[in-house]
Amino acid sequence: MKNDGEPALITLEHGSGGALSSELVEKHIYPRFSNPAYPELTDATRFDISGELCMTTDSYTVDPIRFPGSDIGRLAIFGTCNDLAVAGARPKYLSVGLILEEGFPLADLDAVLDSMRRAAGEAQVSVVTGDTKVVPKGKGGGIYINTAGIGEHVAGSKLAPGAIRPGDSIIVSGPVGAHGIAVMAAREGLSVGSDIQSDCAFLFPACHALMALGAELRFMRDATRGGVAAVVGEAASAAGVGVELTEESFPIDGAVRTVAEILGLYPLEIANEGVFIAVVSEAETERALEILHGTREAAQAALVGTVTSEHPGTVVLETEIGGRRILDLPRGLLLPRIC
Amino acid sequence: MERPEQAFRSRELASRASTEIRRIAGRLSDTVRIMEVCGTHTVAIRRTGVRSLLPESIRLISGPGCPVCVTPSGFISNALHLIEDHAATIATFGDMVKVPDPEGRSLAEYLGTGKVQIVYSPQEVLQLARKIDGPLVFLGIGFETTIPTVASAFLRTREEGLRNLYLAAAFKTVPPALRALVSDPDCAIDAFLLPGHVSVVLGLEPYRFLAEEFHIPGVVGGFEPLDILLAILKIVRQLASGKAEIENAYPRAVRDGGNPVARRAIEELLEPESSLWRGLGRLEGSGLAIRPEMEELDAAKAFNLPELIDYDPPGCLCAKVIQGKALPPQCPLFGRRCTPDSPVGPCMVSSEGTCAAHLKYGDGAA
Amino acid sequence: MCLAVPLEITEVFENRTARVTSNGVDLEIDVSMIPDPAPGDFVIVHAGFAIEKLDSDAANETLDLFEELGSVDGET
Repeated sequence: MKNDGEPALITLEHGSGGALSSELVEKHIYPRFSNPAYPELTDATRFDISGELCMTTDSYTVDPIRFPGSDIGRLAIFGTCNDLAVAGARPKYLSVGLILEEGFPLADLDAVLDSMRRAAGEAQVSVVTGDTKVVPKGKGGGIYINTAGIGEHVAGSKLAPGAIRPGDSIIVSGPVGAHGIAVMAAREGLSVGSDIQSDCAFLFPACHALMALGAELRFMRDATRGGVAAVVGEAASAAGVGVELTEESFPIDGAVRTVAEILGLYPLEIANEGVFIAVVSEAETERALEILHGTREAAQAALVGTVTSEHPGTVVLETEIGGRRILDLPRGLLLPRIC
Repeated sequence: MERPEQAFRSRELASRASTEIRRIAGRLSDTVRIMEVCGTHTVAIRRTGVRSLLPESIRLISGPGCPVCVTPSGFISNALHLIEDHAATIATFGDMVKVPDPEGRSLAEYLGTGKVQIVYSPQEVLQLARKIDGPLVFLGIGFETTIPTVASAFLRTREEGLRNLYLAAAFKTVPPALRALVSDPDCAIDAFLLPGHVSVVLGLEPYRFLAEEFHIPGVVGGFEPLDILLAILKIVRQLASGKAEIENAYPRAVRDGGNPVARRAIEELLEPESSLWRGLGRLEGSGLAIRPEMEELDAAKAFNLPELIDYDPPGCLCAKVIQGKALPPQCPLFGRRCTPDSPVGPCMVSSEGTCAAHLKYGDGAA
Repeated sequence: MCLAVPLEITEVFENRTARVTSNGVDLEIDVSMIPDPAPGDFVIVHAGFAIEKLDSDAANETLDLFEELGSVDGET
């Protein structure tokens, strides 16, 4: 879609609102996202939506922008859609805000936009508005993306930590630990871990299927930064309950497990982009697992723990060897260790 | 095929070992104080839940075997100075990236800029040196497990014709630290859980003095849960019988004579020197410097780096904690002003430091 | 200070390196510290270097020590 005579790199002019700005939107951005909900380029798009709405926003600054299994564009679409999905909403409309760094190759922008278009198609969401800014060289990471999403609340109940009660089951939707390793290995050019693929996936179908449980589905959250440890820990804290997890029950891909051991990382603390935690009533646990096993994104869902009234706010892990220890909230950057 | 270490994670066998340890420890009249020298043991014991399988009468004290913890923070200032004043690129293991210097700055500031390259292996440093313009300085931290790997890579720089590669050597060796600990009249350590992978290189000989001169038992342990339990079992058996020996509970990896090829790599590149340990002070022969005939690799010489000084933050009890003389909660800064996100002293800086581990995993009983 | 993992050698190369594998993970490591590395050997790998060969007889002897401890009451 690039025309001859066009600059190959993003310049400050592309963000200045002038001719080059318009050209960027008209030739590169808008054509990829035009659809019945976004029939023409306007400053604001009208659309019809009814019922209770959910809205979320997230910004994506991942480095590098491309890594095995995914890229920043796909992440920016699916990540925001997943935030809506775990809140009980069907994602419908997204806005896209781009912050480009002067010197960013137009070909790379096209590739990111193509990826976003494909992801939006898979998620059946429409990008209906957006904005582009350019910052001077050195002031941005190539490309940063913000997406805001609006969805229709379709869950039968309000999903929240407050709904969690002792006796409830903790379910993980799939194998953990892949995404963080894939990004880190790519970023640092490590000789280990370069075969691991990000698990980036659109989770609404699996989340939606679980919503059939009504109020027996208490809470869902996607396990991004900080991994499942962060999600479960934060939920326990917010709900004022304790959690007992069984280390052995977490599905972990063999290669991820091995790479994590080599690099001194712990899979339960590593970021994912295609995994969520669901808290369901004890009575509906079996049914929840059956439902999830029938979906593509959660075919390997597993029961990993229980909510308890003991040690409120604290997550205790029963370890592989039958010991016990606290699973704390992870802190700081994911870095490989030799110690 | 099942990975070999899986057998050393058996719940049933762990339970048997734990029962036997309790039985024997129950016959001992006092609390047993075992120092786990190695930071990797500190983490393994707590992360795998081994701590919770041990009786309360066994006190586990984390020792100075945490390279990040015992390296003076001026080392990081020097690294930043190399980037900022000598246009150098720093290559480092991930462990050093978040360590604060005396002013609170760290190499993390330069992540994503290309000026700090994280590596998993010293082999990657050779490849980086070919691709980078300007000097590339590798931060050489670690004990005898890591030192041969760095030495091995750097001994190849001449062969590979690399002229822009330097080593900032801040290595430390374990036996002198052990001697310093047991020579202290206040030392209250009953036995040592000796570092398994350092021992792969050193063998058992360098530890004999613990038993022969100081009558303190030492057992070399591996890092799987069963390895640690077996080492502790052997320790309590020795204590119960009044023996003091150096035993090897990790024979599948540790040979009595260690790995002489690995030691030769160390000796070819490096020679012993006195070294400053945070918490322990200056110990003779406990560090390794680049030999004069290899001095073109020495970052300290090439860039005139200032000598490392120790910086003891006011109120910080790390010196006592590293020697096993104080527990983390006894430090007034612990968990308040000193946290993993803003560490004051060395014991909190590394995730395998005594204080960081205590904060993350609790004191063991869960 | 000693994160190291046992991995199986699948191929040894001329230049003192070897390919090792475990669970679908392959890496190339330095084996210059190992006398006579051969495919099928398990080696302990730290920071991309093999620091020792795993002695499987010794491994079995170590596990046997646990067998001698007998089972915990009420369980097998």
